[in-house]
Amino acid sequence: MKYMLMIYDNPDTREIFFSEQGAELMREIDAIMEELKQSGELLGTEALADPSTTKTVLVQGGAPVVTDGPLAEAKEHFGGYLLLDCESIERAVEIAARWPSARFSPLEVRPIMDTAGMEM
Amino acid sequence: VSEPRAIEHLLRELAPQVLGALARRHAASFDACEDAAQEALLAGAVQWPNEGVPENPCSWLIAVASRRLIDELRSEQARRRREEAVVPLPISACSSPPADEPSRHDDTLTLLFLCCHPALTPASQIALTLRAIGGLSTAQIASAFLVPEATMAQRISRSKQTIKASAVPFQLPAESDRPERLRAVLHVLYLVFNEGYTASSGSELQRLELADEAIRIARMLQRLLPGDTEVAGLLALMLLTHARRAARTAPDGSLVPLAEQDRGLWDAAAIEEGIALVSRALSHAPLGPYQLQAAIAAVHAEAARPEDTDWRQILGLYELLERLQPNPIVTLNRAVAVAMVSGPEAGLELLATIEGDSRLVDHHRFEAVRGHMLSLAGDHAGASASFQRAARLTTSLPERRYLESRGRLSRAMLTRRRTRA
Repeated sequence: MKYMLMIYDNPDTREIFFSEQGAELMREIDAIMEELKQSGELLGTEALADPSTTKTVLVQGGAPVVTDGPLAEAKEHFGGYLLLDCESIERAVEIAARWPSARFSPLEVRPIMDTAGMEM
Repeated sequence: VSEPRAIEHLLRELAPQVLGALARRHAASFDACEDAAQEALLAGAVQWPNEGVPENPCSWLIAVASRRLIDELRSEQARRRREEAVVPLPISACSSPPADEPSRHDDTLTLLFLCCHPALTPASQIALTLRAIGGLSTAQIASAFLVPEATMAQRISRSKQTIKASAVPFQLPAESDRPERLRAVLHVLYLVFNEGYTASSGSELQRLELADEAIRIARMLQRLLPGDTEVAGLLALMLLTHARRAARTAPDGSLVPLAEQDRGLWDAAAIEEGIALVSRALSHAPLGPYQLQAAIAAVHAEAARPEDTDWRQILGLYELLERLQPNPIVTLNRAVAVAMVSGPEAGLELLATIEGDSRLVDHHRFEAVRGHMLSLAGDHAGASASFQRAARLTTSLPERRYLESRGRLSRAMLTRRRTRA
């Protein structure tokens, strides 16, 4: 099963990861990434730029309305993801629990929709 | 046979024999053997269409693979400065082996057991089986499972390392372990089949071929173990299920339930073969879960119209299956048969006994079945709620579309009844 681990962050957590303490956290991330690569579970991963660089796009009356900044003023923002192919959601949750940022702000684990299906 | 497709077919048939011959001599270097065998298959695929197929293609492949393996082992040896004689394989490895040597059939079987070794995760067992037995390339396997090639390459190389590290000898498992090890092999083939079968047609052609591949390997296994009734049962189950492939999706890709399928589109030859296989298996002991599932598929296949389905027989088979393999999924399926034989209320009563069962992972199927029964019982409001819950729970796009349409239908029935009242 494929899952997306969605990593949320806020100005404070971003601060932590770019501080001195952050170097140790980054090493932890590198170790987990290496493990997931080795196990053949990692399908992809990306980190997103600061939420302030976001452009929000909505088409209204046939014309796109583009605004600077994220959709909602939220405490936490979507900051990046891991795309995994693993045995079960329990395994995906276990990886999320080890992800260093989970100590500061939450991660969401969600199954990826499959284009295959069983007739009923 | 210089047509590329025929050549590919021949190469893939010979794949396990080539690797088997190498691995029997160099079990400790299984990973190198596997690479060498793949390289030989590639050489055949490149050279044969132009130069023609050699007189003894199997010997040709073993000779090429053996040369690659020796080069690899020698350079490895040089690296490690280790004194180990590397003996070239005799070309005769492919013709009839001496009496004291295990046959090539045993090699293929040993290889299958090795690929489905319990030290490997199911995902690795699947990948290794498709490469080592199926002769598929890493790129082909990756595209069939919709994962990046690098990910699949990593899975394959890791599983080969695991096998090397656990120093599994290249021989058939002990007689006492055989039944359990064979169950693992059958499960891997079953998973490969399902991965291919559940893919809808059209955009998912690559994955659809996995079902054919699972059938091909199951056939190979059935030739090796003709007396095993569960091997025959699994092959029959695959054939009888795959026979419905043209009818199970509408041209727009949406799923067509069994009761609404155009039975004229079912593959009559596959059904005939499946029924013959399962009938023969059932007449011999012992009875197993694959045979029973195949028998159920056969009863469906024998009905010319949905209303001709012998649900009593299906119910009896599910009762047997539940005794053999008690789990909530089987109960769920038995509940459908109970509903068809004794009415939806009886089915719903049985469903209630497994509601909230922690082993029931397919919650969306539970809700879908309940929705179906509630709708048969005339409770369209309840049916609509169940179908909506099922639609939210499934992780399959075509299933969600189907369940949402059933939910809409239930609401339409409700409105119609209210209007009439």
